[in-house]
Amino acid sequence: MKIARRRFDTLVIGAGGGGLRAALQLSQAEANVAVVSKVFPTRSHTVAAQGGINAALGNVLPDSWHWHMYDTVKGSDYLGDQDAIEYMCRAAAHLVYELEHSGVPFSRLEDGRIYQRPFGGQSQNFGGEQAARTCAAADRTGHAILHTLYQQNIRAKTHFFDEYFAVDLIKDDEGFVLGALVLEIETGEPLLIEAKTTLIATGGAGQLFRTNTNAHINTGDGMAMVLRAGLPLQDMEFFQFHPTGIAGKGMLITEGARGEGGYLINKDGERFMERYAPKARDLASRDVVSRAIAIEVREGRGCGPNGDHVLLRLDHLGAETVHKRLPGICEMARIFLGIDPAEQPIPVYPTAHYTMGGIPTDRFGRVVVPVDSGEEAIPGLYAAGECACVSVHGANRLGGNSLLDIVVFGRAAANDIIKFLRENRYHRPLAQDGVDAALAHLARWDRRTGSESVAALRAELQAVMEEYCGVFRTAEVLEQGLDKVLELKARLDDAVLTDHSRVFNTARIEALELENLMELAVATVTSALARQESRGAHSRVDFPERDDQRWLKHTLFYREGRRLDYKPVRMKPLTVEPFPPRERVY
Amino acid sequence: MRFRIYRYNPETDTAPRMQDYEVEGLEPTMMLRDALLRIKAQDETLSFRHSCGEGVCGSDGMNINGRNGLACITPLGELKEPVVVRPLPGLPVVRDLIVDMSRFWHHYRSVRPYLIVHDPVPEVEFRQLPAQRDRLDGLYECILCACCTTSCPSFWWNPDRFRGPAALLQAYRFLADSRDQETESRLDELDGPYRLFRCHTIMNCAAVCPKGLNPTRAIHAIKKLMVEHAI
Repeated sequence: MKIARRRFDTLVIGAGGGGLRAALQLSQAEANVAVVSKVFPTRSHTVAAQGGINAALGNVLPDSWHWHMYDTVKGSDYLGDQDAIEYMCRAAAHLVYELEHSGVPFSRLEDGRIYQRPFGGQSQNFGGEQAARTCAAADRTGHAILHTLYQQNIRAKTHFFDEYFAVDLIKDDEGFVLGALVLEIETGEPLLIEAKTTLIATGGAGQLFRTNTNAHINTGDGMAMVLRAGLPLQDMEFFQFHPTGIAGKGMLITEGARGEGGYLINKDGERFMERYAPKARDLASRDVVSRAIAIEVREGRGCGPNGDHVLLRLDHLGAETVHKRLPGICEMARIFLGIDPAEQPIPVYPTAHYTMGGIPTDRFGRVVVPVDSGEEAIPGLYAAGECACVSVHGANRLGGNSLLDIVVFGRAAANDIIKFLRENRYHRPLAQDGVDAALAHLARWDRRTGSESVAALRAELQAVMEEYCGVFRTAEVLEQGLDKVLELKARLDDAVLTDHSRVFNTARIEALELENLMELAVATVTSALARQESRGAHSRVDFPERDDQRWLKHTLFYREGRRLDYKPVRMKPLTVEPFPPRERVY
Repeated sequence: MRFRIYRYNPETDTAPRMQDYEVEGLEPTMMLRDALLRIKAQDETLSFRHSCGEGVCGSDGMNINGRNGLACITPLGELKEPVVVRPLPGLPVVRDLIVDMSRFWHHYRSVRPYLIVHDPVPEVEFRQLPAQRDRLDGLYECILCACCTTSCPSFWWNPDRFRGPAALLQAYRFLADSRDQETESRLDELDGPYRLFRCHTIMNCAAVCPKGLNPTRAIHAIKKLMVEHAI
């Protein structure tokens, strides 16, 4: 089959903050960049990030990157790689200033500097008083950053392929990644994009779970492409449940609400976080607060007629603060609950939010795989942002670190790509086998026979993941979950589309997305079942303690035979002393 | 609940048609997007854009009972039956509820919607006082859903030359930014009979904006700046 081809120095898949930050760096370095996105760039899910971006500017309270590093390592439950974390925290201030210079409308202090608010897991002086490290544009920080990055890419004349869906990576026999097969959604035509370097920046997979804070598009496409290319995914068992999704609906209520002074209460009106985290209380790490809420509800202290949620109180802060600092969540509460949070509390419950695991990379954004006793980079392949696992978040991400992650590692990946392009000046010959395989994958959905529907299978998968791979896990429940996920995956083979048209066939896109979700569900449950300890977001009732002896290591999941492998955590920072694992209390 | 939805597939239809659907088990507090997803689960040929489900990504602008809005934040309880859903007016239809936004994006890009600074940047942030920052409120929150521009008769009449409310709101967002250094040329680019001055203060834009923004006010502010700079 003859298909259209385009050639670029770099293909960026995904146009959220990570992809756009990288594309900007590359375009400014005069590399020829194509950004492929299945939605128009400003629809990417970065747009929904609310609370802010962490950087130790010290504008409100004293701060240092080193304290930020300590908090991030501790927040990760010591599973984060300390070289990457040092790199990120050191780069943070510069990158936030750079965002400000490119136009992000940050909220301001009286003297005109960037406003910073306290967020969960932040401390001064290595575990001391609460810090205020999160730079905010009201509670629309992600929107402000995403739009600014897109705008600067317009200025830099980046090539955009809006509403193109990436199907599969193309690899040659020597393991080089040569680009990807993509699908133009509007025409339904495949297009081959050849590139010397490919950066995956496709975000997370929150759609694995029924109740989630994520957009419909968050189906982990890039992660699944990597699995199909025979490469592993790392730490997929660590999925973050955000403590404050609107109960039963899932819309995110920013941690900034608690940063501004809001707190949680149970049905007795008790500030229960005092019992779980005496010092940090409502600003403990997300895994800690989510578990606390789940326990309150399980032990019968939940609110509402069904006792199935707790309440987030903001009314004591005064209408002016609430409306000025949290306008977005006020709007959301009005639309979805018909309440004003300055007057009435918001019903909340832990909600699937963030994929800590992902495509294994080093701190240069290079995708790495274990070789003998070390690691090797896949030539030409990069990943950044939520789809990647550097790992700076380890077993639990701190609020405000994901916007930071995407700009830091989007830029780092771009810088390494520029170096790679200097050393690899020409396109390698195309691997026709890889193209044929990707086309065959796409053609699977032209089949006219089968009995399963994509929408029904997706709903079932989400329900299974929520029930069998949620906040609290046991071997028994996970085993059942794995059986069910594998069964669903098998049934997907029998799925059929009733719409075979070409023009803007969203049914076909959803089918391809469901295939991706299935891959990731298997990876997540398999990795979770194997890890016999509790660490960060991965909470095993049957193994309630963290076990550094056996489990201070990263999981690697391979699609072939559902094989698991492990690799050590990088405990050695770049320049400072390591933070050895300690008991984690807030 | 009854729905009447605009259908058009260029591969099979010679002309657009309206298709009726009946959906059981919907609650008044559910959103129109929930209903459309129910319909799509039964009839996957129905195509529409949507993503975040909470009114921040701007994907699912459509014409709902004659008024532009976002499906994901339009409660079913507020809608008269049958709920008539059409694509945004004034742009070519690609399929069903999906319109070709090229012209909208062209106008957006044309106003140079990015901060331009010529001076060397400081090692830290630019200072911007709260009062200066407040001027960006009501401007930067735009989600580019196109509800305003496609509800504007001036845009329907001059879609090639009138920038439309969304692009003009963004033009003003940068004119209003204390950090931007291209005021003169931004104003010059908007001069002339069409790009800005086709606005006749009809105010449909402000009436439909799902984020409660007011492009007409921004357009007026640009005109005022032009006068100030002319003197």
